[in-house]
Amino acid sequence: MSTTPLSPKPRARIGVYVCHCGSNIAGVVDVKEVARWAGRELADEGVVIARDYQFMCSNLGQELIEADIKEQGLTRVVVAACSPHLHEATFRNACQRAGLNPYLCEMVSIREQVSWVHTDREQATAKAKALIAGGVERVAWHEPLEPVIVPINPTTLVVGGGIAGIQAALEIADSGYPVILVEREPSIGGHMAQFDKTFPTLDCAACILTPKMVAVGSHPLITLLTYSEVERVDGYVGSFQVTIRKKARYVNTETCTGCGLCIEKCPVRVVDEVFEAGLGYRKAIYRPFPQAVPKYPVIDTEHCTYFQRGKCKACQIFCPTQPKSIQFEQQDERIQVEVGNIILATGYDLFDCRRIPQYGYGRLANVYTSLEFERLCNAAGPTGGEVVLRDGVTKPKTVGIIHCVGSRDRNYNNYCSVICCMQSLKFAHLVKERTGAEVYNFYIDMRTPFKDYDEFYQKVLAEGVHFVRGRVAEVTDAARHPGEEGKIIIQVEDTLIGRQRRIPVDMVILSAALEPRRDAQEVAHKFGIACSTNGWFIEKHPKLDPVATMTEGIFIAGCAQGPKDIPATVAQGAAAAARVIGRIHQTRLALEPIRASVIAERCSGCRICNNLCPFHAISFREDLGVTEINPALCQGCGTCVAACPAGAITGTQFSNEQVFAQIEGLLMLDFSGKPVRRLEPLAAAAEPAFP
Amino acid sequence: MGESDRFEPLIIGFTCNWCSYRAADLAGVSRMKYPPNVRLIRLMCSGRLDPVFVLKALAGGADGVLITGCHPGECHYLEQNYKALRRYHLLRMLLTQLGVEPERVKLVWASAAEGGRFAEEVGRMVEDVRRLGRLNWPAVAADGTEPGDGQTPNAGHVHEAEPVVAAEAHQEEVTP
Repeated sequence: MSTTPLSPKPRARIGVYVCHCGSNIAGVVDVKEVARWAGRELADEGVVIARDYQFMCSNLGQELIEADIKEQGLTRVVVAACSPHLHEATFRNACQRAGLNPYLCEMVSIREQVSWVHTDREQATAKAKALIAGGVERVAWHEPLEPVIVPINPTTLVVGGGIAGIQAALEIADSGYPVILVEREPSIGGHMAQFDKTFPTLDCAACILTPKMVAVGSHPLITLLTYSEVERVDGYVGSFQVTIRKKARYVNTETCTGCGLCIEKCPVRVVDEVFEAGLGYRKAIYRPFPQAVPKYPVIDTEHCTYFQRGKCKACQIFCPTQPKSIQFEQQDERIQVEVGNIILATGYDLFDCRRIPQYGYGRLANVYTSLEFERLCNAAGPTGGEVVLRDGVTKPKTVGIIHCVGSRDRNYNNYCSVICCMQSLKFAHLVKERTGAEVYNFYIDMRTPFKDYDEFYQKVLAEGVHFVRGRVAEVTDAARHPGEEGKIIIQVEDTLIGRQRRIPVDMVILSAALEPRRDAQEVAHKFGIACSTNGWFIEKHPKLDPVATMTEGIFIAGCAQGPKDIPATVAQGAAAAARVIGRIHQTRLALEPIRASVIAERCSGCRICNNLCPFHAISFREDLGVTEINPALCQGCGTCVAACPAGAITGTQFSNEQVFAQIEGLLMLDFSGKPVRRLEPLAAAAEPAFP
Repeated sequence: MGESDRFEPLIIGFTCNWCSYRAADLAGVSRMKYPPNVRLIRLMCSGRLDPVFVLKALAGGADGVLITGCHPGECHYLEQNYKALRRYHLLRMLLTQLGVEPERVKLVWASAAEGGRFAEEVGRMVEDVRRLGRLNWPAVAADGTEPGDGQTPNAGHVHEAEPVVAAEAHQEEVTP
C-alpha cells in the first residue's frame, strides 16, 4: 500500500478524439455530444481540443490526430474508440509519426465497454463521458517511455526429444540456427518410437521416425543432450541462461562405437518399465531400443552388479575400444547454456489404469494398457509382434478394447484424449489381421475427425469388428454363466439396445487417457509458464496463438499443450520453430516498457516485496540496504508496486498517480452524467494514513 | 439518481489486462448486455491492485468495487492473483472495521474466454450493491443529498449506525 503524497498534476495539452466507428459506437452513444462535452467541461483538465470522427483508425482519422499534435502542440492524446487490444498500436504509431512519444496516448474503450453492451442512449452517453474523463485524468500522468529492446540469441533450446521436439529442432537447425535438444531418457524418439503402426495409414512408426532421429543425431547445428534434464532457467526472452544436468552414462561417448558388445555380455536382466512398458527385459547396461539415438548405452546403477556389489565389470572387460569406453567413475555434469528462445515439447504420461480398479488392470493378467499393446504388436517388441496372452504362446480368440479409460470421466479427466478412438480402431485392425480374433470395441462416442480417419473407421467396420456403445462397468474373471469360465468378462450396458451385456473375452486392451506429465506443474514453474486446470501447458491464445505462451520467448508444442495425434504434434513442432526462426531473424525484440523500479531513497529495506516476484526480478542489495529490481527480468505485473508500504516502488504505465487520477476521472460524473459534488478535497480522502 | 426512482449504484471495476479485460472485450464483441453502472480500469494484473485503489474509489463516490483476475493457476504472472486474493481478504476485514459493508467489494475470477460470466457478474454486482444502497462516504454527495440525510433508498434496511461509524473511522484516519 502506498502512502506517498501525490505530486501536483502535470500540465498537459490534451486532444480527445471520439470515434463513431460507423454506427458501432454512434448508434448507441451520442458521440457529437460526448466530444462537445469533453471540449467544454474538461478544458480545466487540460483538454484543448475534442473532435469526433467517423473512423478514427482510418488514415484520415490518424492524420487528424497527427495534424493536431503538430498544429495545436498537443502533449497528450486520448482516443475514445474500440479496445486498446485492437488499435492501441495504431494510435501510438500515429503519435510517433507526429513526433509525440507513443506512450503519451491513452485509449478509452467506448465500443466494447459501452456501445456494444449497453442499449440506453442516455446512460451509454453518460458512461462514455465518464470513461473519457478517466482517460483524460490518467493521460496527464503518462510519461514518455522507450520500448525495452532486447537482443535475441540465435541459439534455441528444445526440451523433449519426442516427435514434436525432433520436428522443431530440425526445422530450426535446417534454417541455419543452432539448437540444443535436451531429452530426459537415454534416447530421443519419445512415445512414437514405442508404437508399431500409426493410424490411419498404418505406416510403421519406426520407419518414419528413425530417419528423423538420425538426422537430429548427425545434424551439425544440433547439440543433442540425452539423459539430461533442465535444472534451472534464468534470464528472459533473447538471453536465457539454462543449467542442464547431464546424468552420468558411465560410458565415454567420445570413444564408444556403439557396438553393443557390453550389452550382450552384461549378466543382469531387468524388466524394462519404460520403453517396453514392463513387457520385456533389458540389461543393466542398455540402450532403450536398437535404433536409439545416440547409440551409446547407459548403465542403470540401481541394477548393475558392479555398482551394487563392487565387482563384475563384464562390460568394461569386454569393451573392444582402446581406451575402454566404460567409465565407472563418471559423474553427473552441470552444463550452462545461453539461448534466446525455448520450445517445450515435453509430451504426456499415460493414465495409470490401476486407478480404475474395476477394470482389473494389474490384477487380471490379460488386461493390457494401450502402450503395452503397442509393444506387444511391435515387430521389435518383446514377442516379436506376436499378439499373445501373458503366457507368451496362446493367441486370443476374443479381444475387448475399452475406449475412454480415464478420459471423458468426471472421476478422472473430463477431457477427451483425442487419439484413443483412432488408436482403438488401429488395435482392432491389428488384432484381426494378426490373430483373426473376434474384436469388441466399447465406446461412448466414436470420434474420428480429420483427414482419412472416418474412412479408416468404415474400413474397420467392414472388417467385422463389433462396436458396443456404452461405458464398461466392470472387467472381471468371476464367471456367472456357462461359457464364462476361464474368460475375462466385460460387463457393459449396451445403450443402443438398452440392455446389460456380459461379453467374455480372452484379452482386454484399455485405451488409456493421455495425461500431463507428472511433473508438468514443476516444469511450468521452472520456465515461467502456467498450466491449465487439467495440467496442460497454457498457450497464449487457444485459437490464434497456440504455440506461444504468455511468457515471451517460451513456446510449447505437442502433447504438453494438450492431447493430440502425430500430425498435429508435428505441425505444432514446426509452428513453434517458425515462431522462433522469425524472432531470430529480427535479431532484436521490442518489449512493452511496463516495468517496476525502486526509488532507492524511499526504500526502507523492509524486504516485504522480496519474495513477491515469481520472475526473480527483485533482489536485495545487502551493501546498500535497499531492494533493486532488474528491469530485464521484470514482467510488469505491478504486484510489488502495490505491496511497498513506503511507496518506494513505481510502475511505468500503471503508476499510483495514473490509477488514482483515472479513478477520480471515472467518478467525475454520476450514473446519469451529472457532475458529482465533492464535499472535501479528494486528495486528502485518498490518503488514509495506514501504519 | 436516474430518471426512475431506482437507485443506480456506481461501480468501479479493476480488470486484469490478460483475462478479465479481454472477457469484457469478448462480452462486447458478443453483444452481451450488462448494466452501465460499471466503469472499468485496466491493470496489468490483479496483483497490481493496491487496496488503496479500492478505498480511493469508495471515497471518491463509488458504491462498490469489482475486482477481477485470472482463475487460480492461470495467472499470466504465474501466481500474482493469489496475492490479490490475500489482499482482498484483508481488505474486507478493513472495510468491516471502517463500517463499510464488505459486500461492496467483490473479487471474481474470469478468464479471457468468459465474456458471459463477466457480464453476469457485473449484473449481479449491480443488483447486490443496489440492495445495499448508496455508500454515503462523506467525501461526495450526489446532487440534492447530504451524507446521512436519510434519503438513501434503503435507509431502513442498512444498519443505521454504520454510516456514522464509517464517517468517524474515516475522519480519524485522514487527520493524522
